[in-house]
Amino acid sequence: MAQLANHPASREQAKVMNRYDITQRMIGLLKHDEAVIGGIGYTNFDLWAASATPAGRRTQNFYMLGSMGLAVPIALGVALAQPHRKVIALEGDGSILMQLGSLATVAERGQKNLAIVIMDNGAYQITGGQPTHTQAGADIVAIARGAGLAQSAWAADEAAFEELIALALKEDGPWLIGCRIDNQKPVDTTERDPSRIRDQFMRGLGTRK
Amino acid sequence: MDSETPGSSWHEITRAVLKRHDVRLVTYVPDNVLRPLIEGIHADPFFTAFAVTREEEGVGIINGAWMGGTRGILLMQTSGFATLPNVLASLSVPFQIPTLMMVSERGTLGEFNIGQSLVARTMRPVLDALAIETHTMTRLDEAEFILDRSITQAIATAAPVCFILSPLLTGGKAFAK
Repeated sequence: MAQLANHPASREQAKVMNRYDITQRMIGLLKHDEAVIGGIGYTNFDLWAASATPAGRRTQNFYMLGSMGLAVPIALGVALAQPHRKVIALEGDGSILMQLGSLATVAERGQKNLAIVIMDNGAYQITGGQPTHTQAGADIVAIARGAGLAQSAWAADEAAFEELIALALKEDGPWLIGCRIDNQKPVDTTERDPSRIRDQFMRGLGTRK
Repeated sequence: MDSETPGSSWHEITRAVLKRHDVRLVTYVPDNVLRPLIEGIHADPFFTAFAVTREEEGVGIINGAWMGGTRGILLMQTSGFATLPNVLASLSVPFQIPTLMMVSERGTLGEFNIGQSLVARTMRPVLDALAIETHTMTRLDEAEFILDRSITQAIATAAPVCFILSPLLTGGKAFAK
């Protein structure tokens, strides 16, 4: 993709950013009730934290409570059901390594309204910070390209991240945006109430009144 | 054939009942016994059907689609079901999502692969442990009733359901010499 030519060629060249900060930046760019699927762990917690507004919490978010690795498949399902809505899968590096096949499925589908955002801190942070294989060199963006997701890029820094999110919201996907993040603790903890999470999400998507 | 009138084989009946219930999305990991159903679904423009790389991926997709307003089903064989306990226990059941599953049963009635016969024994205990509605389909004359009523129940009660296709119904996979 010509418009992605200026982005870092590899994980090592991308700036280490803060998860909560870039999640907030992403939420700030969502103006059309885009759906966001939060994978498990701190990715999920900071999505919850970043989605709180004085007017209430945004309802087009789905928060997984387990089923590690399934943010991309769940997002693909929502995207298939609602082709006019942009859908974002927010996933960690440990989680996506568990379900790499789903990248090939997304590529095979060519799902235009889907974007995947990977929060890569090179660690299973919530379980004590054990290193994931991305720390040893596994490059999620390169893997995604190899799976057939041509529009995959590392975010060079915060400004480039916002630029990539804006591009993914405007142009046809599928997209994958790799983000190197630090090991800061999340700002809040998601409420673990699955019935409520599902009900609010479906109301947010207009499938339940 | 009218799409509302089931045909005479188990796979024609299944396809007709799925259409009647507006189950449009079909994800699957291929299986030889399921082949005529998968081929019939691919040939029918009513359905969106594609293979997934792993069964739990298929559950994630149809569950996401359900929340987005589209009904789906996952087709698999017995060994594939064995990859599902985590996603059923942490997504389908607690989030009250009516995940529709159809399993081509191997491991019994003439199985030739010991791995299949062993993994098959884990399936019903897992379904029972999670209190998931399960029907083993053995007879052609019961197939439409079981599928029709159980899909209705799954949606009405927001609970998963698993249809196990016995070799008694499908003929199963014959011993390969």
